[in-house]
Amino acid sequence: MSDVQSRIIEIIAEQAMLTPADIAPDSTLEDLALDSLALVETIFAIEEGFGITVPFNANNPEDSEIDFTSVASLTKAVEALIKQQSA
Amino acid sequence: MKRVVITGQGTVNALGMDVASTLNAMAAGTSGISNLDFENVDRLNIKIGGQIHGFDPDAHFTRQKRGLYDRFTEFGLLAADQAIAQSGLVFEGELAERTGVVMGTAGGGLQTQDENYRAVYEQGKNRVHPFVVPRLMNNAAASHISMVHNLMGPSFAVATACASSNHAMGQAVNLVRAGASPVMIAGGSESMLCFGGIKAWEGLRVMSGDGCRPFCATRNGMVQGEGAAVFVFEEYEHARARGAEILCEISGFAMTSDAGDIVTPNADGAQRAMRQALKNAKLNPDDVGYVNAHGTGTTLNDSVETTAIKRVFGDHAHQLMISSTKSMHGHLIGGTGAVELLACIAALTTGMIAPTIGFTTPDPACDLDYVPNTARDKKIGAAISNAFAFGGLNAVIALRAI
Repeated sequence: MSDVQSRIIEIIAEQAMLTPADIAPDSTLEDLALDSLALVETIFAIEEGFGITVPFNANNPEDSEIDFTSVASLTKAVEALIKQQSA
Repeated sequence: MKRVVITGQGTVNALGMDVASTLNAMAAGTSGISNLDFENVDRLNIKIGGQIHGFDPDAHFTRQKRGLYDRFTEFGLLAADQAIAQSGLVFEGELAERTGVVMGTAGGGLQTQDENYRAVYEQGKNRVHPFVVPRLMNNAAASHISMVHNLMGPSFAVATACASSNHAMGQAVNLVRAGASPVMIAGGSESMLCFGGIKAWEGLRVMSGDGCRPFCATRNGMVQGEGAAVFVFEEYEHARARGAEILCEISGFAMTSDAGDIVTPNADGAQRAMRQALKNAKLNPDDVGYVNAHGTGTTLNDSVETTAIKRVFGDHAHQLMISSTKSMHGHLIGGTGAVELLACIAALTTGMIAPTIGFTTPDPACDLDYVPNTARDKKIGAAISNAFAFGGLNAVIALRAI
């Protein structure tokens, strides 16, 4: 598991009130019962934790340029953002 | 017009984390004023306040909830929980749909504003927590109380500076009197003890650096406090029908405006508010045994308030017991009237007349009985609670034993 992924799992675990062991790469945010406020907090924690800006629009999350479906898709997006924004 | 009684009360403040400990502290004439403890306190000139030390919100709220709560909301929620538990009411069905909550606050989520201004201005951060807005809004405490207790009727926040909670409780009382709601939850909550909060007050030069001594010749200003108090206001027949323990009756309420100065107190506005509250309560001046004074400890407030009391009560003014409990819990600004109502209720239910502590030297301009330093044990039939705000907005509540 990548370092980015394990840190994302820790962030989500805290929001979802779970332990990291309960969360797998293919867990979906829906499975983890993250509501809209918890998702906004998760995005904030990811931005703070990785020093990046995540293009996320709470008005219409589907229109964000990020795939929030699962831990794996989120990890992929965050890794891309880190690369892009550190360039 | 329906009669309104109180069937529950709750508080957290510098004197105690519930009503019993607060009243015990008042009866003992204990000061809750201590050295302030928060970030950058070393840069303040005023370093004392009625701060709640050792408050552990994690003991009461989950981390998820805390993300949405400013300290003033946490105080309000804890006080409301106590009040509603004492009332024995459970809000379901029609009762839930008709019951609301009105909370007074002057600063709202000032801790949240202070922290986040520090983050973006001082630390140069370009990102704030996503819940800054829902945390800092003035109606946050009222809204969270409504959500926790399923109150779906009229709910709102009232901001009239130092009279906020008296105005808030008055709106709740009037809704019950008018028959709009059988029960209303109301009170006030404030948490201004942070660097920005005190620094702003320092600017006015009305703060004391060494203590709050209302009506004493040595008084030199106000001392801030923090906390909340919340009450259950219930229609009398509704309370009787369910066999509720009734603490006392709210028999009258009045509001006036000085239409004068933005900060200077005004005896005319104050006396009109007291007079109208008595009239509204159908009380004669000599029915009243206790006045919980606004009594801020500033030179001007306390002499002007004394003048106003004399105009309203005439000769009976000298028979009244008057005290400012701000000497013990500090001035909770938008929450102060609510904490002070506890002293009025105690006077009516148990005859404990809370003192004005720190009183050493009589002032010729303040020549009434301020219950100096030591609580008294005297049963009374009626009391009033004064609140006179910056902006010249006055609100007086009249209470009667039942």
